[in-house]
Amino acid sequence: MLRFILSRVGQTIAVLFTVSVIIFALMRMIPGDPVLMMLGDDFTQDAYQRLRAQLGFDRSIVTQYLIWIGNILAGDFGDSYLNHERVSRLVFDAFLPTLSLVVASVIVGILIAVPSGLIAAMRKDSAWDYGSMGFAIVVYSMPSFWKGIILIWIGSVYLGWFPAMGYVHPWTDFWPAMWRLALPALTLGTFFSGLVARIIRSSLLEVLDQDYIKAARAKGVRQAALVYKHALSNALIPVVTVIGLQFGALLGGAVLTETVFSIPGMGRLTVSAILNRDYTVVQGTILVGVFAVVGVNLLVDLTYSFLNPKIRVT
Amino acid sequence: MRADIEPVGGGAGAPWRSPAGGDPSGDLGEPVLDVRDLTVQFSSEDGPLRAVDGVNLTVRRGEIVGLVGESGAGKSLTAEAILRLIRCPPGRITGEVWFHGQNLQALPESALARIRGKDIAMIFQNPGASLNPVFRVGDQVLEAMALHLPEPRRALRERVVDILGRVGIPSARMRAEDYPHQFSGGMAQRVMIGMGISCVPSLLIADEPSTALDVTIQAQVLALIRRLARELGVAVLLVSHDLGIISQMCHRVLVMYAGKIVEEASVATVFAAPAHPYTRGLIDCLPRLEGTGPLAAIAGTMPGLRAVPPGCRFHPRCPVAEPRCAEEEPEPRRLGPDQAAACHLLGP
Amino acid sequence: MARPLDADGRPLDPEVLALPAVTSPPAAAVGPASGAGITRWWRRFARNKGAVFGLAVFVAVVAMAVFAGALAPYDPLAQGVGAPLQTPSLAHWAGTDSFGRDMLSRIIYGARIALVVGILAVLLALVVGVTLGLVAGYYGGVVDAVIMRVMDGLFAFPIIILAIAMMAVVGFGVKNLIIAVAVGFIAPFARVTRGDVLAVKEEPYIEAARLVGVGSLAIIFRHVLPNVLAPIIVQGALRVSGAIITEAGLSFLGLGPPPPTPVWGSMIAEGRNFIVMASHVSTLPGVALMVTIVGLNLLGDGLRDTLDPRMRQ
Repeated sequence: MLRFILSRVGQTIAVLFTVSVIIFALMRMIPGDPVLMMLGDDFTQDAYQRLRAQLGFDRSIVTQYLIWIGNILAGDFGDSYLNHERVSRLVFDAFLPTLSLVVASVIVGILIAVPSGLIAAMRKDSAWDYGSMGFAIVVYSMPSFWKGIILIWIGSVYLGWFPAMGYVHPWTDFWPAMWRLALPALTLGTFFSGLVARIIRSSLLEVLDQDYIKAARAKGVRQAALVYKHALSNALIPVVTVIGLQFGALLGGAVLTETVFSIPGMGRLTVSAILNRDYTVVQGTILVGVFAVVGVNLLVDLTYSFLNPKIRVT
Repeated sequence: MRADIEPVGGGAGAPWRSPAGGDPSGDLGEPVLDVRDLTVQFSSEDGPLRAVDGVNLTVRRGEIVGLVGESGAGKSLTAEAILRLIRCPPGRITGEVWFHGQNLQALPESALARIRGKDIAMIFQNPGASLNPVFRVGDQVLEAMALHLPEPRRALRERVVDILGRVGIPSARMRAEDYPHQFSGGMAQRVMIGMGISCVPSLLIADEPSTALDVTIQAQVLALIRRLARELGVAVLLVSHDLGIISQMCHRVLVMYAGKIVEEASVATVFAAPAHPYTRGLIDCLPRLEGTGPLAAIAGTMPGLRAVPPGCRFHPRCPVAEPRCAEEEPEPRRLGPDQAAACHLLGP
Repeated sequence: MARPLDADGRPLDPEVLALPAVTSPPAAAVGPASGAGITRWWRRFARNKGAVFGLAVFVAVVAMAVFAGALAPYDPLAQGVGAPLQTPSLAHWAGTDSFGRDMLSRIIYGARIALVVGILAVLLALVVGVTLGLVAGYYGGVVDAVIMRVMDGLFAFPIIILAIAMMAVVGFGVKNLIIAVAVGFIAPFARVTRGDVLAVKEEPYIEAARLVGVGSLAIIFRHVLPNVLAPIIVQGALRVSGAIITEAGLSFLGLGPPPPTPVWGSMIAEGRNFIVMASHVSTLPGVALMVTIVGLNLLGDGLRDTLDPRMRQ
């Protein structure tokens, strides 16, 4: 197990390195002189030369990268072109709402997907099965921004139960926060559940076919325990992996959902930054976002290796 | 025990039921299992398919009865049908399975679950796959007992270690904490046997228990089963495709072909004087130490469920088939105190 | 319960799990479809009602895009053909938007951008990704390691974020939109191709070709490629829906083709302001988008199920 952990951590570092290089390259490929843009209105020849030297633009590209990554690791993401605020501050402030949204969505998604996939598998080929899976395909295929708008129309305009936009930190004021998170979490959560339900169903069907289920029944285990104890404990393990793999898609969906519901998260920050050509901010949000995806993947793999006795023991 | 289980020569399936057969020393006990006219059907687009068709068999206390046949003959399904382990629908089981005065087929699922693992135990072909990979082995054996026995779990834990030791697992206390993937095939099968006997069942159904194991391990596992029958008086139904194993282990054997029993006899008789052409063919196929001729084989293959021939199911491959064999299905005929076969050529 | 890992022990993308390892010799895997082969395939495909529906949707959307001129009742760019924000009526089946433009015509024309961007982006990603995968898989060693590391890096980006980043670099416009969307799909194609190439590489006929003296490039393109093509085409079909959703998302965010071009994503964004009184401005283009996506997903699933006999349902 230790060897597995070490190898996965090593892989993660390699991927993070590659990602940083890609982001660095992308940023350098943007037309225009970044030093000029960074100075903005404070341009003077002097300041220009100084900043240029400071960032290493007069030296090799490798040195520039090293300076850049060095700053990043020290927490210096640079300053926003627009208002010269610390990008790290901006990104951190935007990170928390996105985090709340994603966590809430995953919870909602799992709450929908597990019973849905379970019923579909237990009553295979019945109306329950087709209905569940049909629902899963539909919610998975619906573009999240459109789904958000529809949900606003139903939940806010028509029913008047939920606010259409806005955000409050759950740790500041719990219930108002939940009320505002309800529709966005439902939007993103149903997308997530569409995928996970299908995987739970096929995983469960595969497990139910296994010899150890038959042997357990021959031991006298009742149907309920057979499914919830023996089958599910095996079937849910690959699902953990899927959650990790889909985290990236979830983050992508968050970008759109935040825009629809005016949540001041990383998605909205990225989009407005790009429209304003505020590239240091774009760089900051993408870095943090992708690092988060990679980090979650690592976490998920480690969790999987813990849950699977074949890897955990010996 | 039920009085009407003793055959008096009449009634459906009577030629098959002969407690007197195969027991010259008379030290086998009363019949524990009495299967009558067991049929397993599956619904399909072409109509119902009978994988097991009207099987009758009995097993007595301390007796090892073999059920032999090629792959696909329906042996495993017969074994599973006894405990209703087959998913119905799409399957459908008819017939009676008498055990300790009850017809298991008539019992509701909850009552049957109380009997499974306690009075009737079953072990399967692939022992490694029969254990749940995410639970510790000791916990799984514990579960088998906790489901049926009233003792508290702490006491049962000690018994788990004891049982594992008795089936020959070294360092049982430590091994009980291990996971199934850490056990070899032979050790896993011992665990399964231990689990099976943990509640002291009257009947053990063993479906190809040694097929997936090395030859040396095979011998150990089979010896273990034989001891259970001899020392504890457990009745054993042993399903196998291997005549060699049958000859070593069983008192009596039933030969199965395409879902039907074609011959039943004591092991001595079946090897000395097989009556049914299929049985004769099977025994001829066994390689012998003496002689160097080519290996014999039975021409053709067993028909699939959808292609069952009319009349006697074996007639297309039978070397001595007559025209009658293609038209009528043969009824079982009693050929002696311990032999019966279903073949037209054996008499009226 | 084996963890699906690829040859290097890295976890596999679930899409990849759906593909067969190519192990059959060329005749079985490729082979021009004979008449009997096609009808048999079609019958299998037709049994899956969802897939047939998906095919119908696809054909309908293509028809909409191609024959937009004939189908659309009004000029999609013409303002004021009706009173603004009219709900659906006989004159305007899908109502009008805030500029008085006919929604139905705009929705019909919107199919064009969706399909063009979706299909071209996937094609571009396919060409680049498959080439990279072929090279990485066939040559192995350092080349393989470098390419796959870069792919791993690309893979870590959520597609839409990568697309947004690309747009920062290449700028706006339909052509750049296609490139931006394509970038996100290169990595899956590369990975899948590489996996299949690794399997095919060991086949005896490849070694035979090498011994006879066929050059590497020829081997790659004439022997390896045809045998890994079938699952890749299925992958491509499956990804078109993803590409269309990404494009719609980008348009919704304002990064798509500029107004007044009729694009479903931007139409939905425009309609947001009128959600209370004229919801149809947002809802209806979304319905078109959703039906297209659902249809394409079902079609993709159906294709995958029929072209891969080992796929369990």
